[in-house]
Amino acid sequence: MASKQITPTRMELTKTKKKLVTARRGHKLLKDKRDELMRQFLELVKENMALRQKVEAGILSANKNFVIAKAGMDEATLNTALMAPKQEVNLEVGHKNVMSVDIPVFETKTRTADANDIYSYGFAFTSSDLDDAVKSLADILPDMLKLAETEKACQLMAAEIEKTRRRVNALEHVTIPEAQATIKYITMKLDENERSSQIRLMKVKDMMLEEAHKYSERA
Amino acid sequence: MYKIAVLGDYDSVYGFATLGLDTFPVSTHEEAAETLNRLAAGKYGIIYITEVWAEQLKQEISKYQEQITPAIIRIPGISGNTGAGVAGVKKSVEIAVGSDILFS
Repeated sequence: MASKQITPTRMELTKTKKKLVTARRGHKLLKDKRDELMRQFLELVKENMALRQKVEAGILSANKNFVIAKAGMDEATLNTALMAPKQEVNLEVGHKNVMSVDIPVFETKTRTADANDIYSYGFAFTSSDLDDAVKSLADILPDMLKLAETEKACQLMAAEIEKTRRRVNALEHVTIPEAQATIKYITMKLDENERSSQIRLMKVKDMMLEEAHKYSERA
Repeated sequence: MYKIAVLGDYDSVYGFATLGLDTFPVSTHEEAAETLNRLAAGKYGIIYITEVWAEQLKQEISKYQEQITPAIIRIPGISGNTGAGVAGVKKSVEIAVGSDILFS
């Protein structure tokens, strides 16, 4: 409760009332923010899950292809074939603001535009299985990037939702009731003071009249 | 300009090199932790890490959870899918909603 050292003055009352108004407004805004964040998060996380399942299945089958490719060649040839990659991927990181959460936007640029530059080897000494393996991996790369983007966004938004929810709860269950209790306490105290001074005045008036007219002796 | 890194055991990551991603094969815990921290501090926007290694580097990864970059994403390695990636998505639902209402 709010019984921690409040001076029941008018100034304190005005201050607390202002605080209550601000808290109510903040509460409403944060609640809206939480609801909207939650809506967007749920949409995004569904997408995230779908992408993840797709990517995991893709990588798994690509890995299988690589195992097959490895089985068909000796290790030295494979290592030589993959030693010097031709292609290079550069990443541009942008930012997008979703309900005051900064989420990353990834954009990739490959060094060369040619899609066939993923094959960093001559085709003479390697099996076609390796080509398939590399191709299958290259096919899921766009999804992997998308996954990175959505998954990071989901993590950031989840953290923000948690924070916002805490704030909403703190305002709803602590700050606002406390301010209300304080206001009630101060108004009651002020009313009480008012009544007591009223009574005091009446009493004093009675005593003064008694002094002047001596009612008790006349009766 | 950022780059993309793939971290894991050699057999799981060597294929990604052909695509133009930077691969970092690791074999010991210290090496992995050290590499991860170096990559995160450097110019890497996305770090893919195999689930097996992600499990071992949990502490390091959680440090970067609330930063925009790097995005550390779990991928299944050569030894198969452990389900850790899906569990990660479920965990973020749990953090946001309070309990996993979508994928349970």
